[in-house]
Amino acid sequence: MTQPLLLILFLAPLGAIALSLGLRHARVAEYATVIAALADLVVSVPLLARTLRGSVIEGHNYVQLDTLGAWVIVCVSIVYALSSIYAVGYMRLLNEEHRLPLFYGLFSGFAFTMLAACVMNNAGVFWIAIELTTLISTFLVGFEQEAESTEAAWKYIVVVSGGISLALLGTVLFYWGGSFVLGPSYAMTWAALRQSAPHVYPPLLLVSFLLVLVGYGTKAGLAPMHTWLPDAHSESPAPVSAMLSGALLNTSMLGIARFLGVVNGTSVSRFAHSAVVGFGIFSFALASLFIVRQTGIKRLMAYSSVEHIGVQALGLGFGGILGIAGALYHMLNHSLNKSLMFFGAGNAMRAYGTKEISGIRHVLKTFPVSGILWLLGAVGIAGAPPFALFLSEFTILRAGINGRYRWAAIVFVFFLIVIFVGFLAHFRAMYFDDAPEQEIPRLTGTVWRTLPMWLAFLPLLALGLWWPQGLWDVFTKITLDVMGGVR
Amino acid sequence: MFLAHVTPLQASIFSSLAIVSLLLTFVMLGSHWLRNYVYAFAAQSWLIAALSAAVAYFGGYRELYAIAVLTALFRGLVLPLLLMRIVDRLHVKREIHAILQPSSSLVIGALVVMFAFVISNHMNQQALPAGRVVVLALTIMLSMKFLGFLMLAVRDEAISQILGLLVLENGIFLGSQILVPGMPLLIEIVILFDLLIVVACFGMLVRFLVVHAGTTSSRQLTRLVG
Repeated sequence: MTQPLLLILFLAPLGAIALSLGLRHARVAEYATVIAALADLVVSVPLLARTLRGSVIEGHNYVQLDTLGAWVIVCVSIVYALSSIYAVGYMRLLNEEHRLPLFYGLFSGFAFTMLAACVMNNAGVFWIAIELTTLISTFLVGFEQEAESTEAAWKYIVVVSGGISLALLGTVLFYWGGSFVLGPSYAMTWAALRQSAPHVYPPLLLVSFLLVLVGYGTKAGLAPMHTWLPDAHSESPAPVSAMLSGALLNTSMLGIARFLGVVNGTSVSRFAHSAVVGFGIFSFALASLFIVRQTGIKRLMAYSSVEHIGVQALGLGFGGILGIAGALYHMLNHSLNKSLMFFGAGNAMRAYGTKEISGIRHVLKTFPVSGILWLLGAVGIAGAPPFALFLSEFTILRAGINGRYRWAAIVFVFFLIVIFVGFLAHFRAMYFDDAPEQEIPRLTGTVWRTLPMWLAFLPLLALGLWWPQGLWDVFTKITLDVMGGVR
Repeated sequence: MFLAHVTPLQASIFSSLAIVSLLLTFVMLGSHWLRNYVYAFAAQSWLIAALSAAVAYFGGYRELYAIAVLTALFRGLVLPLLLMRIVDRLHVKREIHAILQPSSSLVIGALVVMFAFVISNHMNQQALPAGRVVVLALTIMLSMKFLGFLMLAVRDEAISQILGLLVLENGIFLGSQILVPGMPLLIEIVILFDLLIVVACFGMLVRFLVVHAGTTSSRQLTRLVG
């Protein structure tokens, strides 16, 4: 039963790529992508449920579907589905009909590489999958072919390739460390790394972990390696921004989580957790300061992504069942909420014809329905109840305040307030400030662009009010299996 | 771990190949001419191929011969040719606006190598004579990493940045031949191909940069800040 589901998961985006690039017909490409994305979403949930009964191993041990991977697959599929629906409405506004098939081909390819990264059972192949996500998404970032987007794409590929090469070095050193225990030639599975880690010479293990952390941290957008992120997120088309923020960053966090699981329980575990907490809190603080003084609407969302990746890192670093559950729950909630935010930002950008917050006024008059969703999403992403991000941030805070990192939890609360005020001040200005009336053109394709906002908003509200028992089972399983249990 | 039984002759062959590769990185660091970078890179790749072959011969890792051939072919021939094409198309012969003079970047490079040595010395737990080769491999791995980043930081031209990235990867490749010759063949081959795709992507982007941004110097890419 699992094999066909896995096949669908990967064949669906491949089929969409083939149809988009093969037929070169814009409408076909749009619908193929939406159908493929929905198919992925539908199969991802039973796959997650299946992993609760044990991991699935395929393809000569190179493919392994465990609970953590399946969880990230669910997050990626959600964003893929939402943003491919949104893309139908949004990309038509760009008036580049003949390049749309190329866009959708790259779009599904991007989704495919991220999904593939989630099931890789070999640290080396995982690295390659992550590298491929960069290569494909670079062309999505630069898709609009303007000076700014080309510049963003260039910075993206240079910074991220440089960063990710550190992760490769770390991976090679992990392999070398393992070779003292497991012999010169062995398969670099996560299980093998976990098994050998306690016997590796500690300084070597520590350096390997730090290299991997910085490497995948670059890709995940942890400060101070986040420099590519605001440019890439703000210059790419809105559906791509949502994919970068909601899906790609999570996939890279998966790498950090897996390696953290590998070193957990070794003698360097404590230092490794402190390093993750350190990067988390620094990203969080830095992003909050940039949020306060931001002038571009999509850059605002981008710094908010840095912030939320920082929160996830804090959760993983705090550790324990609460920290890990909070971080993973945050992953899902961030995927939903940030997609909603980028969709709203894309609408506003297209309608007002500007990326500047100061140019966007009286949003509710222009977007009576989606404007309300966007505003509620902003309240949610700033961390206010009753939305889901409040629950996950609160859980992470509980993990931190009782543990070794109480100072980090206190700093966390302080900057949460800064972000709440700073973020919502921008929205107050956009919604309620006085401004001269201006002619706002009516956009077509409203249904395509509003539907995914509803689809993101409703679960966000539901998950904020009710934390299903099934999710606890998933998080407990991940904590026990991958993250090396509660210590 | 074949290094545990390394003889002095083998150790000195590995060491000298590795050290000459490091020196070639300094050639890149100290030169302004883009063509020289590419030549140095090609030579470095051939040395790495020779190293793979040497490890294959002395360590008895048959599959490393394949890696040696592929390295020489891809990194030593195809990549330099691709890079040369990019250089020719760009009509830039030399790095004009480098932030640091070659001499000062050489001095910084030397400091960086010392730093790498200190770290490597801490990471090693092997006894002599294997320890000597291990520390050397680690030092060269890390210092080529740092030197690559240094080149990325102080050079503006798009082509120098590509080469900086390739130096980063060469460092890893070189070190991994000595430290983990048993790494599965599949992964090494995929990484080699991956590099080819990376350079192709860069080539395409450089063309976009010229058309859309009107410059290939990162110093002038300042539209996006903050």
